[in-house]
Amino acid sequence: MEKPLTKNIKPDGGALSLSEYEKRGGYEGLRKALKMPPKEIQRIVTEANLLGRGGAGFPTGKKWDFVPMGEDVRKPKYLAVNADEMEPGSFKDRVLMEGDPNLVVEGAIISAYAVEAETAYIFIRWGYKLSTERMGKAIAEAYKKGYLGRNIMGSPYSLDMFIHTSAGRYMCGEESSLINALEGRRGVPRPKPPHSVTCGVWGRPTVVDNVETVANVPGIVTNGPEWFRKLSLTEEGGTKIYGASGKVKRPGWWELPMGTTIGEVIEDYAGGMSEGLKLKGLLPGGASTSFLTDKHLDVKMDFASMAKTGSGLGTGTITILDDKTCPVGLVDNLEKFFARSSCGWCTPCREGLPWVSKIMNAMEFGQGQEGDIELLEEHTFLLETGHTFCALAPCAMNPLRSALQYYRDDFRRHISEHRCPWK
Amino acid sequence: MFTEEEQKEITVELGKYPRKDAAGLEILKIVQKHRGWISDESLSEVARLIGQTSDEMDSVATCYNHIFRKPVGKHVIFVCDGMACWIKGYENILEYLSRRLGITMGQTSADGRWTLLPSSCLGVCEKAPVMIVDDDLYVELDTAKIDEILNRYK
Repeated sequence: MEKPLTKNIKPDGGALSLSEYEKRGGYEGLRKALKMPPKEIQRIVTEANLLGRGGAGFPTGKKWDFVPMGEDVRKPKYLAVNADEMEPGSFKDRVLMEGDPNLVVEGAIISAYAVEAETAYIFIRWGYKLSTERMGKAIAEAYKKGYLGRNIMGSPYSLDMFIHTSAGRYMCGEESSLINALEGRRGVPRPKPPHSVTCGVWGRPTVVDNVETVANVPGIVTNGPEWFRKLSLTEEGGTKIYGASGKVKRPGWWELPMGTTIGEVIEDYAGGMSEGLKLKGLLPGGASTSFLTDKHLDVKMDFASMAKTGSGLGTGTITILDDKTCPVGLVDNLEKFFARSSCGWCTPCREGLPWVSKIMNAMEFGQGQEGDIELLEEHTFLLETGHTFCALAPCAMNPLRSALQYYRDDFRRHISEHRCPWK
Repeated sequence: MFTEEEQKEITVELGKYPRKDAAGLEILKIVQKHRGWISDESLSEVARLIGQTSDEMDSVATCYNHIFRKPVGKHVIFVCDGMACWIKGYENILEYLSRRLGITMGQTSADGRWTLLPSSCLGVCEKAPVMIVDDDLYVELDTAKIDEILNRYK
């Protein structure tokens, strides 16, 4: 099984130096890319069917194709690599930045070249100290070797790359909030349109791509789109870094063909449930995805198949709920997080999320009342997409709505017994 | 007045952006690293440097979790309360820390050594429960480990 994203990661999670990376074929992708017109790179990435790995699954080549190109466009253009991995339950971008920072940097350079960007920012969350250190080293070494800076590898193309480490705010993972944060403003979302691909950082065209997305680009350029599509078990190209956390025997991460099933990840790689526990449910790709149950173990983990379940692939890192852990307590934990993360800009989110959180907390601690379930259900409508300024509150409703569907009896018992049955 | 060391680091940050105000948050972090927290005076100093009013700068400072607008202890502990850590019983870790340090979430110990703060998911879910002390990450925590970790910080 080919593992183009993680083949260089040492067993202890350590990273290769730049010269070791080069010996293993590193920067061959960039060498090849610089001999191709940028539009041609966009075309092969589209043909490879690389879908954005941040969670939304938008076709990367298509996104790049929206960027105004040529001599007449307003410059500079920007690439921002989204390494603000703050989605609860997600840790795949950290694995890549710590384990193969050179690959992420090479991928970012080729991606910037593909949209003719002059400046690239790597937006890394505050908490990722080791990622920041290793990415910083990889960028400094790339400058020394002439992979960054003026006239890269003797070509007419020049690019500067900087790290921006932010100071911790979940909202910044959303691309327009990330752009506000980069400009030194509050990390709150912007209205769309205009979209950032035409009007982003300081009003200039800006592409925001996830870490895992750009890490796929060197392989596509080196080996071609056919190779990339064949890595996958489905229509969607490439491999995917899956993960599992919670009470399984071997929590961790694995690079597997896109379309590996939920059951395979949990049973074959995570080693199944810990001793004496049964699977009660799972969040397949972070706090913003909906719960699934043991009825979904055969579902292929790609964007299209996961969307059909009413949940989503999200970040592909699964959080496991076992039968000795309270689902109401877990949802209480999630809604507290979302309430805390609201930027307060729009009323439904600012007022609605704390209300939901308060009801959940009361219920978990035995103070639930008749009518609470209906009130929560009402909120899943009030905070649905279209009723709020951005996707934060609608995402917060995904685990709640699905929990009300799959674990309704558990909610009821909290109210009727005036306690958490798990305590 | 910025110290020479602060000034040096600030110059590096300013070089990353075409506009001064973009570096505001990063400069606040530099100042916080040296002074422990962001006082009104520090805030105004940074604001003036990048051409913002103090209120504008404060609106930025208060948006982010890791800018301290109040004094904190010598060491700051961020306990992850993300969902994987919750499933793995982070609450026991927090309770133990509270007892050992004599403070609850959001408080600073009377001797000024420790501040205890919550953090949303730290992205190390496969090794839950986890926490950060100052700049150091600690994983797969249990109470015995916490004793050992706390002893490292003087």
